[in-house]
Amino acid sequence: MTRLHDMGGRFGDGPVIPEAETGPVFPEDWHGRALAVTLACGSLGLWNIDISRHAREKLNPKDYSRFTYYEKWVSALADLLTETGAVTRDELAGGASVRAPLADKALTADKVPGVLAAGGPADRDAGPAPCFSVGQVVRTRRAAESILVNGGHTRLPAYAAGATGRILRLHGSHVLPDSAAHSLGDAPEPLYAVAFAASELWANPEHPNDDVILDLWQSYLAPA
Amino acid sequence: MTQRAHRNPMQHDAPDHPHSHLPSEPALRVKALETLLTEKGLIDPAALDEIIDTYENKVGPRNGAAVVARAWSDPAYLQRLRDDATAAIAEMGFGGRQGEHMVVVENTPETHNMVVCTLCSCYPWPVLGIPPGWYKSDAYRARAVREPRKVLAEFGVTLPDGQAVRVWDSTAEVRYLVLPVRPEGTEGFDTEALAALVTRDSMIGTGLPLSPEAT
Repeated sequence: MTRLHDMGGRFGDGPVIPEAETGPVFPEDWHGRALAVTLACGSLGLWNIDISRHAREKLNPKDYSRFTYYEKWVSALADLLTETGAVTRDELAGGASVRAPLADKALTADKVPGVLAAGGPADRDAGPAPCFSVGQVVRTRRAAESILVNGGHTRLPAYAAGATGRILRLHGSHVLPDSAAHSLGDAPEPLYAVAFAASELWANPEHPNDDVILDLWQSYLAPA
Repeated sequence: MTQRAHRNPMQHDAPDHPHSHLPSEPALRVKALETLLTEKGLIDPAALDEIIDTYENKVGPRNGAAVVARAWSDPAYLQRLRDDATAAIAEMGFGGRQGEHMVVVENTPETHNMVVCTLCSCYPWPVLGIPPGWYKSDAYRARAVREPRKVLAEFGVTLPDGQAVRVWDSTAEVRYLVLPVRPEGTEGFDTEALAALVTRDSMIGTGLPLSPEAT
């Protein structure tokens, strides 16, 4: 399966253009509005972070390619608001709007610092015990696809699928995005940082000693 | 009931996607959505202003620079960062959204660390703020894992051949902060003077700290 958002290792994107640290945080005013409206809507509790990432990934490929960064955010937000019934297509199209039953949950300015400070921790005191120990050699799933939902969300990039690496550290038990993105529950699992030699991932690695580390859930891995 | 002005006759997007009902011009698209959501009572424009002010003026890479400067100055703090970076960073008053699970990766003469998110744009907001455009660009996401040294060269950084590059792809909710090597010639510098040498890019791993002569 190829998905446009899964672009690690892709050729042809041209140079990276550095930007001064003193430049504007939001080069266009609407960028800041796009980020803020997305965060404010997120606080309504209608979806989780995995659902919102998946909403951007499942923009149709033509839109994903031509949209700039915050256009993806706003378009995915409109899709999520409609899917959850918070707004209707007619309202999006400019039709008459009605006050939402959820309006009493809207994020107010005084609550912003607390909401940002709280964040949304992904660790859980639940789930299976770790199967792998630091230093152990493991292999990732061959297909970089969700096994729960066809075409669903996963965090195993294609470039690291079917690859052999070594457990570098255990992060604890974390929400499984493949499940949470489809409202199938947190399904927490041990999460590991796994190191892959560049020579394992690429036909012509830049340097023999370089490596790439990915955070991968236990169900993505098998003993090697 | 409120009747709003616009209707979008131009359906550029796939018609089965709800977002295609919004205006296609990005600034108008955001404005239309914000207006609708305000009418419905789902957002408060003042809360949006507060979020923007937070990331324009309060939360940014100077937070991370303070963490790095303290780690360079205080061995006990460095040890706490290694043991539990989230807690050690919280000591400095930084934490929360997109920094819930922090790990600090230390550069050494043997290893240079560099952070990317190939699948989206994961980034440690409480210590670095909102990611710069290049971090979110297709070019960086595509190339940082395959050819980090070529990408570093585009930032003006050339590493010695004996130093390995370790690229961290942020595929989960763990957020990585690079701890650069303290520049030479900074003996006796206080944390404020040290923090001034710590650039945003040096904490992502696409740059190195400034040398004292450069400031």
